[in-house]
Amino acid sequence: MEHADRLPAAARPPSRLGDLAGRKWFWPVVALGLILLVDAFVSRGFFSIGIVQGRLYGSLIDVLYRGTPIALVALGMAVVIGTKGIDLSVGAVVAIVGAVMTYLIHQDMAAPWVLILTLATGALCGLWNGLLVAVLDIQPIIATLILMVTGRGIALMIDAGLIVTFRSDFFSAISTGQVFTVPSRILVCAGTFVLLWLFLRRTSLGLFVESVGGNAAAADLAGIDARLVKIGAYMLSGLCSGLAGVLICGDIRGSDSNNAGLFIELDAILAVVIGGGSLAGGRFYLGFTVIGVLIIQTLTTSILYSGVPPEYNMIVKGVVVLIVLLLGSRRFRDRVFGVFRRGAA
Amino acid sequence: MNAVDAQVPRIELRGIDKNFPGVRALDGVDFRLDAGEVHALLGENGAGKSTLIKIMTGALAKDAGEILLDGRPVEIDSTGQARALGISTVYQEVNLVATLSVTKNLTLERQPTRHGLISWRLANERARERLKRLNLDIDVERPLGSYSIAVQQLVAIARALEEDTRVLVLDEPTASLDAREVELLFAIVRDLKARGIAIVFITHFIDQVYAIADRISVLRNGRLVGTAPAAALPRLKLISLMLGRELAHAEDRRKGVETAAGGEPILAAEGLGRRRYMGAFDLRIGAGEVVGLAGLLGSGRTETAKLIFGALRADSGKMRIDGKPVTIRSPRQAIALGLGFCPEDRKAEGLIAELTVRENIILALQTKRGWLRQLPREEQESLAREMIDALGIATPDAEKPVGQLSGGNQQKVILARWLVSRPRILILDEPTRGIDVGAHAEVVALIRRLCKEGLALLVASSELDEIVAVSDRVCVLRDRQKVGEIVGADVTRDNIIHTIAGG
Repeated sequence: MEHADRLPAAARPPSRLGDLAGRKWFWPVVALGLILLVDAFVSRGFFSIGIVQGRLYGSLIDVLYRGTPIALVALGMAVVIGTKGIDLSVGAVVAIVGAVMTYLIHQDMAAPWVLILTLATGALCGLWNGLLVAVLDIQPIIATLILMVTGRGIALMIDAGLIVTFRSDFFSAISTGQVFTVPSRILVCAGTFVLLWLFLRRTSLGLFVESVGGNAAAADLAGIDARLVKIGAYMLSGLCSGLAGVLICGDIRGSDSNNAGLFIELDAILAVVIGGGSLAGGRFYLGFTVIGVLIIQTLTTSILYSGVPPEYNMIVKGVVVLIVLLLGSRRFRDRVFGVFRRGAA
Repeated sequence: MNAVDAQVPRIELRGIDKNFPGVRALDGVDFRLDAGEVHALLGENGAGKSTLIKIMTGALAKDAGEILLDGRPVEIDSTGQARALGISTVYQEVNLVATLSVTKNLTLERQPTRHGLISWRLANERARERLKRLNLDIDVERPLGSYSIAVQQLVAIARALEEDTRVLVLDEPTASLDAREVELLFAIVRDLKARGIAIVFITHFIDQVYAIADRISVLRNGRLVGTAPAAALPRLKLISLMLGRELAHAEDRRKGVETAAGGEPILAAEGLGRRRYMGAFDLRIGAGEVVGLAGLLGSGRTETAKLIFGALRADSGKMRIDGKPVTIRSPRQAIALGLGFCPEDRKAEGLIAELTVRENIILALQTKRGWLRQLPREEQESLAREMIDALGIATPDAEKPVGQLSGGNQQKVILARWLVSRPRILILDEPTRGIDVGAHAEVVALIRRLCKEGLALLVASSELDEIVAVSDRVCVLRDRQKVGEIVGADVTRDNIIHTIAGG
């Protein structure tokens, strides 16, 4: 627990450790620190960063690099979960977007137009989800399940069931290129994060999202158009998934409707929840969600590097996530640590 | 059936006390119920009706007092025990499962079995038998939800009725029934009564009380304030018992009211209404004027307020603001036009529990400004601090989630939300409910000050004293109709009670 002293200083130093443990950010940050600590012992050179062929190179960079699609999806997911919703269709949207992008590139369309239309496709998918949830009043888990199931079918229809490849310098640059030695997709992701933060926290939209998620009836009486807010949240999620799809398919230089973005919704939801978001709605944390993504991606990468057989990957991941969530639960802490305290007394 | 013994009451409650943290829910209540009578139990919200019923049916334990069943003292510790003693309840919300069949609902606790397996043929027969006691012949295999609310209500009664039921409690059985369905229900109640069952009937509809009840008991603030045969209790007397204080008391009416009656009203509603919610009504409010909405529970106070605010969409009538016709189809439009609405059920419709005190306070002001023009953080904080001081909101700081405050403080936060939004017309539904005495005076003083500054106020309240204290004009409602308007010096308790009673 002396580890806590090395944490970034909070706004004001809490008087007691118990106080600290109650903070939303505490356990996710501790978990990330512990995982990195284990890595420091298990995998040699985990923290070394070098420059190879004019590009930053190292395990930590790899974590960031591979984490970007999940981070983008998770940011959109955080907002949807903030409205007391959920978006299961994000993986399918990645597939659709990949197929549309590949198709458009093969139509010899100018790359910037392809990007715009591709992202618009993502937003359109979100609009569909939003209409089902907000206007038809279908439960979010069911409403987005519909697109989750049909989405890959639509994608397969577009690319005729084939893995269609393309060559595009523009998209390769966005996805796998670098700017001043920094992988460009990390910059894309960071830029998206900043834009989202400004859009939600420097306007009142974030507050409106949380009001709708916290108590939709009360938000309505306070003059918030709850429907519009929900539709907007799902569109934002679609847009973020679209961008993730651009990165994923720019990386493999083609559409892979069966596998692109498969199970990404699970990692995204986990990241949001680790980051302190509650599926009961009412709060979202963009920054902590990114920490959640880092935990998941660091874990995935560490398991890969540590030499643990890959078949255990899922189990180790599940156990670590469970521990992080349990530690974040006040009731669990009171039960378990309460026993110790009583034992000590 | 067994002869009705007039001497020994079927069930008698003596000196019942019940305390909840900070509230004395029942204070030495005596209640006596005879076999073969329908006994109406009346009282406004929070009078202690449900608490009394729950003690009688074993859902709550009493703190003091005793219960006698047919003259013998009994201890009722659980609902199961109450049922074993022949005391059954039908609660206000039909608590049956709409998606299950009528049979399954009627045999939920105990299904008849054959060779260890449930026999649905036998179960259906039993269900039909039970319904026959109520002269109800319906297809028991259809889902309950496919029948009207009235039939569902009867099924609920059938479920509560056992062969040996001696006491039947009906908690607002008619709340969602129309006139014809009420007649159907009453026919069955009369039939049960003829079989010697003692019936407690809780309702808010005064007409129905006189249509069915033999005797009436009135509770107010946890005390029994009177029991009388229905025939010997005039309506006026009944209503003044429910609302407290005898008639013909001297009224300390607020003096020197400067009514803005002469001017053009800020808001005028003509024939506004919505079928099944509230009959068409006219209403005018001038600048600086306070209009009260008075009436018993269920008379349509909240509906009236919500119709004006657009939270309920009107299906008839017109509205004008500053003489110009407007249509308000949503709270958002209402807020843009300068209205504010502090709802009665603040937990469900006001509070956003996860958000902080500051965020809850600035919410309506922020929606009025639009999403793009975010209030600067410093301004948010100073507004929150100002309101925390002005209303005496007990919170360590403005960043505490509002869900962690006490009930009274939560209500002040919602009031603060509307005060900072600076509306021209503010609608307050039960503005002081649950607020402690000190804050009560502060709120009333605040209301007066705002009116001096030209705010038009519509106050709906079940507290007649409160209405009389603040109102320049009072609209009186009864059974979802506006039945009268009292102006200026005529605003007194007596006049309001007379109007409610239809005098």
